[in-house]
Amino acid sequence: MKIVEDSPPILTALDRPNSYIGRSVPRPNLARLMQGRAQYVSDVVLPRMAHVAFVRSPHAHAAIDSIDVSAAKQAPGVIAVVTGAELAKVITPWVGVLTHLKGLKSAPQNALAIDRACWAGEAVCAVVARSRAEAEDACERVLVDYRELPAVTDPETALDPGTPVIHPSIGDNLCFERVHSAGDPDKGFAEADAVVETTFLFGRHTGVTNEPRAIVADWNPGDARLTVYQGTQAPHMMQNLFAKHLGLEEQQIRVVTKDVGGSFGIKVHTYADEMATVALAKLLKRPVKFVADRIESFVTDIHARDHRVTAKIGVKNDGTITAWEIDDLTGIGPYSVYPRTSGIEANQVVNLTGGPYTCGNYRARARVVFQNKNVMCQYRAVGHPIATAVTEGLIELAAAKIGMDPLAIRRRNLIADDAHPSQGPSGIKFEALSNHAALAHLDSMMNYAGLRAEQAQLRKQGIYRGIGFASFVEVTNPSAAFYGVGGARISAQDGATVRLDSTGAIYCHTGVSEQGQGAEAVIAQCVATSFGVSMDRVRIVMGDTDNTPYGGGTWASRAAGIGGEAAWQAGKALRQNVLAVAGSILQAKPETMDIRNGVVVDHDSGKERIGLDEVARICYFRPDTLPAGVQAELIATRHYVPRAWAFAFTNGIQASYLEVNTDSGFVKLLKHWCVEDCGTVINPQLVDEQVRGGVVQGIGAALFEQCLYDERGQMLNGNMADYLVPMAVEMPDIEVGHVVTPTADSELGAKGAGEAGTAGAPGCVMNAINDALRPMGAAPLTDMPFTPDKILRALGKV
Amino acid sequence: MKPAPFAYAKAKSLDHAIALLAHPDGEARLLAGGQSLMATLNMRLSAPKLLIDLNGIAGLAGIAVKNGAVEIGAMTRHAEAERSPDIARHAPLIALAMPHIGHSAIRNRGTLGGSIAFADPAAELPACLLALGGEVDIAGPNGTRTVKADDFFKGLFETALGAADVLTTIRLPAATNDTRVGFAEYARRHGDYAMVGLAASARAAGQRLAGVRLAYFGVGNVPVRAKAAEAALADGSIDDAVMALATDLAPSGDVQATGATKVHLAGVLLRRAAKQLTETRP
Repeated sequence: MKIVEDSPPILTALDRPNSYIGRSVPRPNLARLMQGRAQYVSDVVLPRMAHVAFVRSPHAHAAIDSIDVSAAKQAPGVIAVVTGAELAKVITPWVGVLTHLKGLKSAPQNALAIDRACWAGEAVCAVVARSRAEAEDACERVLVDYRELPAVTDPETALDPGTPVIHPSIGDNLCFERVHSAGDPDKGFAEADAVVETTFLFGRHTGVTNEPRAIVADWNPGDARLTVYQGTQAPHMMQNLFAKHLGLEEQQIRVVTKDVGGSFGIKVHTYADEMATVALAKLLKRPVKFVADRIESFVTDIHARDHRVTAKIGVKNDGTITAWEIDDLTGIGPYSVYPRTSGIEANQVVNLTGGPYTCGNYRARARVVFQNKNVMCQYRAVGHPIATAVTEGLIELAAAKIGMDPLAIRRRNLIADDAHPSQGPSGIKFEALSNHAALAHLDSMMNYAGLRAEQAQLRKQGIYRGIGFASFVEVTNPSAAFYGVGGARISAQDGATVRLDSTGAIYCHTGVSEQGQGAEAVIAQCVATSFGVSMDRVRIVMGDTDNTPYGGGTWASRAAGIGGEAAWQAGKALRQNVLAVAGSILQAKPETMDIRNGVVVDHDSGKERIGLDEVARICYFRPDTLPAGVQAELIATRHYVPRAWAFAFTNGIQASYLEVNTDSGFVKLLKHWCVEDCGTVINPQLVDEQVRGGVVQGIGAALFEQCLYDERGQMLNGNMADYLVPMAVEMPDIEVGHVVTPTADSELGAKGAGEAGTAGAPGCVMNAINDALRPMGAAPLTDMPFTPDKILRALGKV
Repeated sequence: MKPAPFAYAKAKSLDHAIALLAHPDGEARLLAGGQSLMATLNMRLSAPKLLIDLNGIAGLAGIAVKNGAVEIGAMTRHAEAERSPDIARHAPLIALAMPHIGHSAIRNRGTLGGSIAFADPAAELPACLLALGGEVDIAGPNGTRTVKADDFFKGLFETALGAADVLTTIRLPAATNDTRVGFAEYARRHGDYAMVGLAASARAAGQRLAGVRLAYFGVGNVPVRAKAAEAALADGSIDDAVMALATDLAPSGDVQATGATKVHLAGVLLRRAAKQLTETRP
């Protein structure tokens, strides 16, 4: 373990000459993106391409008695009007369940609703036309005869006997329930000097991507192949699902993912309208394009969070935590989302609550219920913000109750840095964490003592500032334990193929995908370093199921840790192959040589022996000059999957410093800090920006974002004016620090960094608000987002 | 999010625009800056048959100070007003309000006349017009007329403008040495429509304030004068003025705030604006 700035570097296998590991190298795709030369799916235009728009249910729950498409078919530019029943002949329904989430159940979902619409926004009819505008015009002429049914909207009453069952075929509105008990929680609470119990509420929100979901599907009957251009995080997963539900072989499907304008977990799921689009392309034998507009995005992009967690903690007067208990309830819409299911977030809440603390007396229950709202599924930092806010909220409430400093209570209870491998209260396994080192680093980075003094001084002037913390653990580098063991064909392993071209440059084909987060840069850094060329000699090929090794794509912070390791190993393997043939050419032993900066050199002296361009020239154009029996293999493939640990847990701590205006209820964020440990840092700038972006999305949850629904299941703020994404003016400066504890599971030692910011920020901001308002005697705020309304109410001003 | 089909006409003159508006072929809408209109068209909240573009008409934009009044052409862009020394000097309330209107890109295109004619109840400029006791010139099929701010805002997105009318000029009393103005608003994020906002003007009369006009926005269907609070403030009691808001205002809640929160915030804004009103003008 080392603190990046302070300690001398430890020389490892990563410290090759000209190493790019640990360098803030500009991403190779920067010029393309900045010059507006990126190619998003929204930009794709194909010959004979048609556009689809969907008629969507205005009702949260309604029977569809009939659909009259006759007027729409006559509208200008219309190519086809297709109902759910017609499309079901082309594409089969799906059920979002995983076998390792025991008891999880859901009902079959169709690409277009057939007899019944189950949320306001569900597509019930597709209109394909020459242009999107004409398709939208014709949508207005589709006459759907809806018969409104009672809508189930409140998770609290979803399981009541008097509440209608959304899917009678599965018996009740319970999708999934998990009960977990470890240690002796009753004994723990009995031994506590103080018990704090409260209920935390987390607003339903969504991950608003810059580029909406977009797909172009092109069925070529001549090749009997479907090419799908899709803004997705997981091209191979989608290839499998398109094949499965269209009745095709996987090799009949090619998924191409070029530039993607942000994903945040939104684009790793199966969407009914996207499945409908591929089915329409097959049905109509021509390319069909669908780009969700903002209104559609708000009512169809998966939502997340929306948890109610009743939680309890016991502590002794010395700060020792004696027990935890949580009861989590979440409503996930009418279907468990396919194929990752909508049970994962609640499952993660159970897994991650109690995070990196020693107290093992833990009881948890999580229930996931169906309701007639948009579907919910995994969004950035799945479950982490909830578990972290609950855990860290309880800790600071307990600390306040026993009069203990919030950092001191954490020091007392965090698992010691030298006690790993270890496990958390729920039994999750930690290879190595650095929570104490991170806390110490944060303490000095933020000048905690100085801020406390400033806070006390300002309170005398009627200025209420608060300091809040959140320690966290973060799931990254998932093994097959996440989805594969549950029967989903979602790859946990990933591959990289590296090939020497005829001029000595290399191509690296990788299964991970670029969403704007910088995966392309990280892969290039890894392979350039391990093979031994400069980055401008590396071309990365990704996002194409015809042309990349099979892999999982980008999710759960896996691209750098898993895709990076595969690229690292593939680069090494190609280096061995090149040195083998160079040895034949030079009459030298391969192990006495190395490749540095594009040249084969003598390993010890660094003396140049032969350029890669010359090796490639000989191997490709004059192989006749090689000794008999020598065959150059200038391509190498390696795969990697974490095996020793189910997940590479990272950890860290965040702090928020803010001011609450007690007259207006407005919160001004003054500063935010995050110290995190993602193991080996491949590109510090990309890691820092991942953390900052994550923090901003976490602040969105804490202060701004919420999908507001009325009791009839209508979303009230589904537009960019009323749904408040966090914006730059309101954001604080975010300082990022690092502790480095590489995972021993890979040579690279990199863990993920994508969830850390989002995991900790909401709880940390909540704690800071409560710290600010504590002297006012306000009841603790635990209902996110913390709007001026709620803060004024807590202060008794309204 | 594609608009329903509509015809487009670029008006060559004011008379041409009025003639096009009077055309009986269904609903026509005027296109000024388009910053509200295009969004409502794209969301199909509005589906006019004809869009009449005012951007090609000469003489509809510009800022002039004459006869003790600031005259602002309806097609003047927010960005121009924001940078105008005449506005800063003679209509300081407008200068205070400008940075709160949307974002730079919106202010580059949006027009003052468009904002007032659209009359969004949460928008800044209609309240400013009301607070200043300004007036607007309206051209219609039967000639031109002038309507005072107090008579202009009729209901939700409803004004004194008739179906074939064009708002041409905004006229505000030019500030004098005695003029005092105040502006404050609460928005969840900078640039958003206000949860509640206040545009205020008054005349300094010795140590007191006279002619107090408090125009709240985001609290009703139209910008709302808080007349009881105005009287209390003129009487010199800020506490009474804040108390009086409970009778002056009866806002409904919306997605950002409850009615009670809006009334409370209106009081907080009043204290901020009152401080601005009583500060000596530099």
